[in-house]
Amino acid sequence: MSTRSRLIIALSSLLLVLTFFFPLWKIDLNAPQYPEGLGLRIWLHQISGLKPNDLQSINGLNHYIGMKPIEQDSIPELTIMPYIMTFMILSGLTIAFFKQKKLVYLWLILFVILGIVGLYDFYIWGYEYGHNLDPNAPIKVPGMTYQPPLFGSKQLLNINAVSLPSISSFLILISILLIVTTIYSDKKKETK
Amino acid sequence: MENLWFYKRFIIHLWIISIISISIGCEQQKSALSGNEAERVYVAPGTYDEFYLFTSGGFSGQMGVYGLPSGRHFKTISVFSQNPETGFGYSEETKGMLNTSYGFIPWDDAHHPQLSRTDGIPDGRFIFINGNNTPRVAKIDLKEFETTEIIEIPNSAGNHASPFVTENTEYIVASTRFSVPVPQNDVPISSYKENFKGTISFIKLDSKTEKMNLEFQIIVPGFHYDLAHAGKGASKDWAFFTSYNTEQANTLLEINASKNDKDFIAAINWKKAEQYLKEGKAKTLSSEYYHNYMDEKTHSAVSVKKTSVKVLDPKDCPDMIYYIPTPKSPHGVDVDPSGEYIVAGGKLASVIPVHSFSKLIKAIESKQFDGEVVGIPILKYDAVVAGEVQNPGLGPLHTEFDGNGYAYTSAFISSEIVKWKIGTWEVVDRTPAYYSIGHLCIPGGDSKKPFGKYVIALNKITKDRYLPTGPELTQSAQLIDISGEKMKLLLDFPTVGEPHYAQAIPASMIMDNSKKFYSIDENKHPHAVKSEKEARVERKGNIVRIYMTSGRSHFAPDNIEGIKVGDEVYFHITNLEQDWDVPHGFAIKGMNTAEILIMPGVTRTIKWEPKKVGIYPFYCSDFCSALHQEMQGYVRVSAANSSVELKYSLGN
Repeated sequence: MSTRSRLIIALSSLLLVLTFFFPLWKIDLNAPQYPEGLGLRIWLHQISGLKPNDLQSINGLNHYIGMKPIEQDSIPELTIMPYIMTFMILSGLTIAFFKQKKLVYLWLILFVILGIVGLYDFYIWGYEYGHNLDPNAPIKVPGMTYQPPLFGSKQLLNINAVSLPSISSFLILISILLIVTTIYSDKKKETK
Repeated sequence: MENLWFYKRFIIHLWIISIISISIGCEQQKSALSGNEAERVYVAPGTYDEFYLFTSGGFSGQMGVYGLPSGRHFKTISVFSQNPETGFGYSEETKGMLNTSYGFIPWDDAHHPQLSRTDGIPDGRFIFINGNNTPRVAKIDLKEFETTEIIEIPNSAGNHASPFVTENTEYIVASTRFSVPVPQNDVPISSYKENFKGTISFIKLDSKTEKMNLEFQIIVPGFHYDLAHAGKGASKDWAFFTSYNTEQANTLLEINASKNDKDFIAAINWKKAEQYLKEGKAKTLSSEYYHNYMDEKTHSAVSVKKTSVKVLDPKDCPDMIYYIPTPKSPHGVDVDPSGEYIVAGGKLASVIPVHSFSKLIKAIESKQFDGEVVGIPILKYDAVVAGEVQNPGLGPLHTEFDGNGYAYTSAFISSEIVKWKIGTWEVVDRTPAYYSIGHLCIPGGDSKKPFGKYVIALNKITKDRYLPTGPELTQSAQLIDISGEKMKLLLDFPTVGEPHYAQAIPASMIMDNSKKFYSIDENKHPHAVKSEKEARVERKGNIVRIYMTSGRSHFAPDNIEGIKVGDEVYFHITNLEQDWDVPHGFAIKGMNTAEILIMPGVTRTIKWEPKKVGIYPFYCSDFCSALHQEMQGYVRVSAANSSVELKYSLGN
């Protein structure tokens, strides 16, 4: 493994520090009564509104259809994820010290698995919120569920929900791609 | 023969009628073809007006907010009047705003809106308005479009020449339109000349706290001080006040106060007055008046009784005040953008006299006096006047400026606006107003930098201009384009209450600062509840306090039992919403007050004294949500001696 590759692995790991400062995912809600828009931002460690009181407003709307309020404390993942990310950053930096390519593969595979698990977990939460509705809700539309899309847009009654990855997700993607590219180019040089 | 003569007359008449009809027809066709007035005032759905227009509500005691050029009405701001629409003056938090030394007064006559200024240009922070009847000055915060401060003016009656502001809103002025004994006293009315006095008041706006304080009053002869404007530029240290009834009549004023050829404009050097105040030249006069303001954190009125005021007497303060003789009961006094020209609206005069500030200073230096009134020097008219506008229309009242060298004067009797050139004093255009125009307004038209574009005629009479509504007709304004050489009438629009003066400002200077809701975390109301969990009912003797919350779409609690006839019940309702445009209303059957409209994050209290046993529904009176109809509750009222226990709940 070249010194350049090790340097890039270290820098890519450090790049991940930025994921603590930007959201991973965004869900924007558009409705006729909300010309200024409503939005949710999902971070490693928190779930927040796009504007200071958006979360409260979204919960206020959701109570009409019997959706559980979205509350920080009821989502344990928000406590776990910062630890996982810290582990990935530290292990990435450690791996950069060793010339073991296998460790890098292991790290990459672990990260991709974690990503997939994370997305699946996010899907499950969306499913939970969207399907597990209070039977006493004031507004009940037969056959209607309110699961937000994982990726893309979906019309839910009067609200158009758009769900897309945000800055931190892109940072993770860039970090992984950088490492993959550098390992790949190392390999090419070796075969020459 | 006789018949033939009649026939000839008939034919001639027929000719005349035909010609007139055809020419009127052509005229109408022409205006229909040349007009793009509709386009000029059309503001497409979802787009904004270019200007805010603030009109005085006159005898409604309120202020109207409109958009220009559309003339659309946005809001009526409660100022000196109780408003059943919002609960202003009814709720426990806002009642204190209407306290005066005469007790609670839920009405006044509001005449002159005046925007706060920085460097002589409207800055969009505040708008002030006067209460004429029980002298008061109110401050409206343009972040909230709510009245946040009212100060009473003692030793005054008829606060008409008010609340004009100095170049950097250092002071807001007030005056006495109806002179009275100072201090008040039980004297024969016929002793007017001997006992009646006027006062001119300077209210200081603290530059840090932005609160008003009656800094000092100047005792002046018992004339009627009518209108005012502060100077600007070179004349920025001065303020000018018109006066009438220099005859000092106390009866049948329409005849007796119209005798003198000239009355006065009082020119006051307020910097000098400030200096005299610092030097200790002022006497302390014990005077009772109230200063009321809304506390930002508790959203509640603080009402402070004041007991004295500093008074300056011109006899002790030379070079502070001068009288400028001005023809025939002058009404408006308006200073041009440069600050050099002081235009008087001599309402019974055949000319518009324009005084020169530089000539005024020279005349003072060279002592060109024509006598004095109790120590106030009267300047020579010829030494001060810069020119006279000839044939300005009948009954000239007020003048505004377009910033391009022209002045626009309203003429009440001839019902028109007259455009004239500053410097040459020649009339260049005139356009009729429908009908009997009083004030007029150009956006920023009394400031250092008029925004121009339109003049708004504020009319006293509407007669046949709108669909009739019985004997009482709508009040009215008219929008006139002044961007070209000729004035062009674009639009009539009705206004709420009598529009005296109005002021307009580009929307961009206000709209981005407009508040959307109040932070619940910053709510420091002593009876606020920050969550439904804290909602409760407490009894102390016969005083019951209901700590209630509102949120889409329920009140908490919504079932209350154990209230008794004879109780004094206070509903303290906190609107927990933290979103724009979600106020909740509250009303309960049989309440002797009015609805309260509670803005998001605010706590409002309404007092209720149930008089009869029974079940009383309460509900949200402002349509808030899809389940607004369900936003209701019940209060059970039992007999005074009943043993029903106090109980409250929400859900089962």
